[in-house]
Amino acid sequence: MTLDLALFVVLASVIAASAIGVVVSHTIVRSAVFLLFTLIGVAFLYFLIGAEFLGAAQLIVYVGGTLVLLVFGGMLTSGGPFQTLKVRRLEWLFGGLVALAIFAALAQVSLALGQRPTTDAPLPPGAGPLGVAFLTSHLLPFEIVSVHLLVVLVGAAYLARTRKRAALGSEDSASPPNGGTP
Amino acid sequence: MIPLSYILILSAFLFACGVLCIATKRNAIGILMGVELVLNAANINFVAFARYVPGFQMDGQVFAVMVIVLAAAEAAVALAIILNFYNNRNTVDVDEATQLRG
Repeated sequence: MTLDLALFVVLASVIAASAIGVVVSHTIVRSAVFLLFTLIGVAFLYFLIGAEFLGAAQLIVYVGGTLVLLVFGGMLTSGGPFQTLKVRRLEWLFGGLVALAIFAALAQVSLALGQRPTTDAPLPPGAGPLGVAFLTSHLLPFEIVSVHLLVVLVGAAYLARTRKRAALGSEDSASPPNGGTP
Repeated sequence: MIPLSYILILSAFLFACGVLCIATKRNAIGILMGVELVLNAANINFVAFARYVPGFQMDGQVFAVMVIVLAAAEAAVALAIILNFYNNRNTVDVDEATQLRG
């Protein structure tokens, strides 16, 4: 067993175990902590495969941005400490069956793809060629992402603004929380 | 060198976990976490093929960067919607979301 394979086994077990932890943990904060380990494991997997820029981007954007957003959302919307929502056993059964079927189908496809001879291609290009590609040959996805980010920022700001006004209005008129429309 | 099918099976497992998370969680933020798992699984596939398929090296990484950015944007908008829903209904249980104008 080479060093690459050993590192991959360790990383894959960490990723898989914490992904299961995200699914089965009851409180949202525990799910967030398990998701943290999953995302860090995926970032290290990118480093292991050889895509350093993507690993760094995963660490910065996912671990530093998205996860913090999720944790803040969990804190802002929790009714109390250790609040949980009951899930029926039937839902677990059906969800598990669907997930198992999807995993079986995808694993079959993966094994069939693995049968093909893969060339040991040179390492994927680093940050420099990637940046040049973003401004020359892959300009369209870059622009699409830029405009999309702008629209998303405006939309999120708009949603947050109306929310604030609705909360203020319902406080002033002392109306029931689900009745008042601004 | 890691075999390609190992990485693909890990990604399939992550995808199945995400689907299970989406299907079973009742907390809206838990569903968002399931979506993040699914997007990460897709991203692992992109990066793996960028590593092992010679003609796909640049495209795979560009797609992966796009997915990361879109996931961050999706989380921001979804969180704004969830906070709005929480302010209206005082809960984040998605089973309570049965009306468009709550």
